Amino acid sequence: MTPEHAAMLLILCAIVLYAIFGGADFGGGVWDLLATGPRREAQREAIGLAMGPVWETNHVWLIFALVALFTCFPPVFAKLSIALYFPLTFALVGIIARGAAFAFRGPSTRDLWIHRAWGQVFGAASILTPFFFGAAAAGVATGTFDWLRPFSWCVGLLAVSLCAQLAATFLCAETRAADLENDFRLRAVAATFAVATFGLIALLAAAKYAPAIFKGLVHAWPAVALAMLAGLVVLTLLWRRRFHSARVAVAIEAAAIFTGWYVAQAPVLRVDLGLQTLAASPATIVTFLWIALVGSAVLIPSLLLLFTIFKRDVSFPPDPLRDARDADENVGTI
Amino acid sequence: MLAARAQMGTSLAFHFVFSALGIGLPLLLVIVEGLYLRTGDRTYYALARTWAKAMAALFAIGAVSGTTIAFELGLLWPVFMREAGGIIGIPFSAEGFAFFIEAIFVGIYLYGWERLSPRAHWLCSIPIAVSGALAGFFVVCANAWMNTPTGFRLDAHGMPVDVEPLAAMFNPAWPTEVAHTLLAAYIFVGFGVAAWYAFKRLRGDTFGSLHAIRIAMLVGAIAIPIQFVVGDLSARFDAHAEPAKLAALEGQFQTQAGAPLRIGGLPDAAQHRTRYAIEIPKLLSILSFENPNAVVRGLDSFAADRRPPVLFVHLSFQLMVGSATLLLLIAIWWFVLQCKRAEFSRLFLWALVGSGVLGFLAMEAGWMVTEEGRQPWIVQGYWLTRDAVTPAPALDVAFAIFTLIYILLSITLAWLLIRIDRGMDSVQ
Repeated sequence: MTPEHAAMLLILCAIVLYAIFGGADFGGGVWDLLATGPRREAQREAIGLAMGPVWETNHVWLIFALVALFTCFPPVFAKLSIALYFPLTFALVGIIARGAAFAFRGPSTRDLWIHRAWGQVFGAASILTPFFFGAAAAGVATGTFDWLRPFSWCVGLLAVSLCAQLAATFLCAETRAADLENDFRLRAVAATFAVATFGLIALLAAAKYAPAIFKGLVHAWPAVALAMLAGLVVLTLLWRRRFHSARVAVAIEAAAIFTGWYVAQAPVLRVDLGLQTLAASPATIVTFLWIALVGSAVLIPSLLLLFTIFKRDVSFPPDPLRDARDADENVGTI
Repeated sequence: MLAARAQMGTSLAFHFVFSALGIGLPLLLVIVEGLYLRTGDRTYYALARTWAKAMAALFAIGAVSGTTIAFELGLLWPVFMREAGGIIGIPFSAEGFAFFIEAIFVGIYLYGWERLSPRAHWLCSIPIAVSGALAGFFVVCANAWMNTPTGFRLDAHGMPVDVEPLAAMFNPAWPTEVAHTLLAAYIFVGFGVAAWYAFKRLRGDTFGSLHAIRIAMLVGAIAIPIQFVVGDLSARFDAHAEPAKLAALEGQFQTQAGAPLRIGGLPDAAQHRTRYAIEIPKLLSILSFENPNAVVRGLDSFAADRRPPVLFVHLSFQLMVGSATLLLLIAIWWFVLQCKRAEFSRLFLWALVGSGVLGFLAMEAGWMVTEEGRQPWIVQGYWLTRDAVTPAPALDVAFAIFTLIYILLSITLAWLLIRIDRGMDSVQ
């Protein structure tokens, strides 16, 4: 493996991790907007609680993928930025609106109209951002950078439903109250069917409108098959209420979809553009890989710490016993 | 191109405030929570809880405005990124990791009050302060490279070759520029927080204000005198490395031996002279080259289309130095009051309120000096800004939309911060 391939692999990893973790955050926004039924506010609270400590970290995967791309493959970054100016600008507006909305509808504004208003912004932006990212990714995959085609829209919708599926499955594992767990379980199943539907429509649309990418997907059949299989496993595990395993399965499914996307367009990258000629100088790539190595040595333990503190132990609604214990420790603090 | 520059400038000026807060506020939190652990004084605890809530909101906005910058580098300046990305991407990548660590520990810190022991929680504030400063360090290294580009050469086709990314990152300007920017962040945050609590005290809300002012002024008052030394080093560095910038910020049109230092004044580019300035003879030559008769290059020695916008740069520079001088005086005033253990008079509190505005102005004006002073170059001596811009249409519409978003965010954020602050008494 050349240094260029290693760098590309790292960027792909960052994109996949963004899709899983960032995608789950977007999905949280989708379910916030679609919260219904008697436990509407409880659903929203569970989503906010699950996202709070981790959403900013999840978001850094995107920043990292961007800077790694312009460091290691500057012409690719320049080309994508020009060709996909509009979908990326729309996605960017969505990212700003979401981040701001999440901050503004925090506990300090509860029970105010502005809390509701920013909640709506949060939900709407959570749908639009992955939609435009998906459409842009489809534009890249076809090699035409045309994001205004039926195939691109299908992929956009696939991206949104994948986010919703990730979020609902993760939330099942992080919820303790039985009725709330049922709400999210139902949503996770629905989202899994949505992913399957849009995935199949996208495949058909590719066959009709984007034959090159369809050929690529046929070539990448192991990844496509793995994604489908993982989807079935997710359904089975949700059915049997094995939520912690379902979490892993849905992450594998998302990773397989992205690997399929990357492999399917690999011929475009190899033939039309060529990875070597697009790369920055070898000195830059090697320095980047060293920085990634040193950075990961700090990053990975920190990430493990974060997820151990907040995600190992399920937390909603909060454990009354532990709350009482905390209150004892902090007499008079709050 | 104007719209692209305006959009990038607005985004950067906006992000600059939040990145400065991301550097300065964690330091205040390290101090205030540390003091709580040492003294057990609940006032410090209440301050830490309030500042942490404020940091949550500010950090969120800082993160999204930072993402905006990463996108806009490509969306607005794709040509620049194609040429320069491979040379100067390394500090950006390193900054990515630093920001990762900052985001992780911000998450742990903000949501970990009840999950960690007090000591462990306090320890988590330290990586935030360190990685925040490191992130600033990396990004300013990249900016310094745009001022003094090194680590590559251009081949016959104008393509960069022989790239040495570490030589580019540690270009000649990095030490002064990094120190100057980090200190500006600490000054802005220190005086800003002191101003807020001085204002509250003036309005009769005294809870915690003396504690807060003491911590914030400690940071600000230590940073401001050092900033004068670093600022002097920066200007002397510019005299050698960026003579056009020095000439613009001093309003120096003619090349002159024994050049005077101008205080105030309005540079008139058409008439080639700076009017209404107080001129201190030979001082500019002394400050720049330690020689009263040294020759200082004037703007007229540069081609007409290679001169920075002198009026704007000179006025920004005067604003920065003027604000910083007032801040230094206020810091000395505070120090004297502390030594005498005297009460804060209303006049002093009003001066503190003003210092919050001055710290902000000095920081933004300084940023304008370095960015506008580099024009028309995007990378000094190699690439022109006008050649780097995107061919995308409707840039002015995008600029208008982004500006509107920033205004909306600023208003909501200000309102939210006031609300968080009002809630402080309940956290005693």
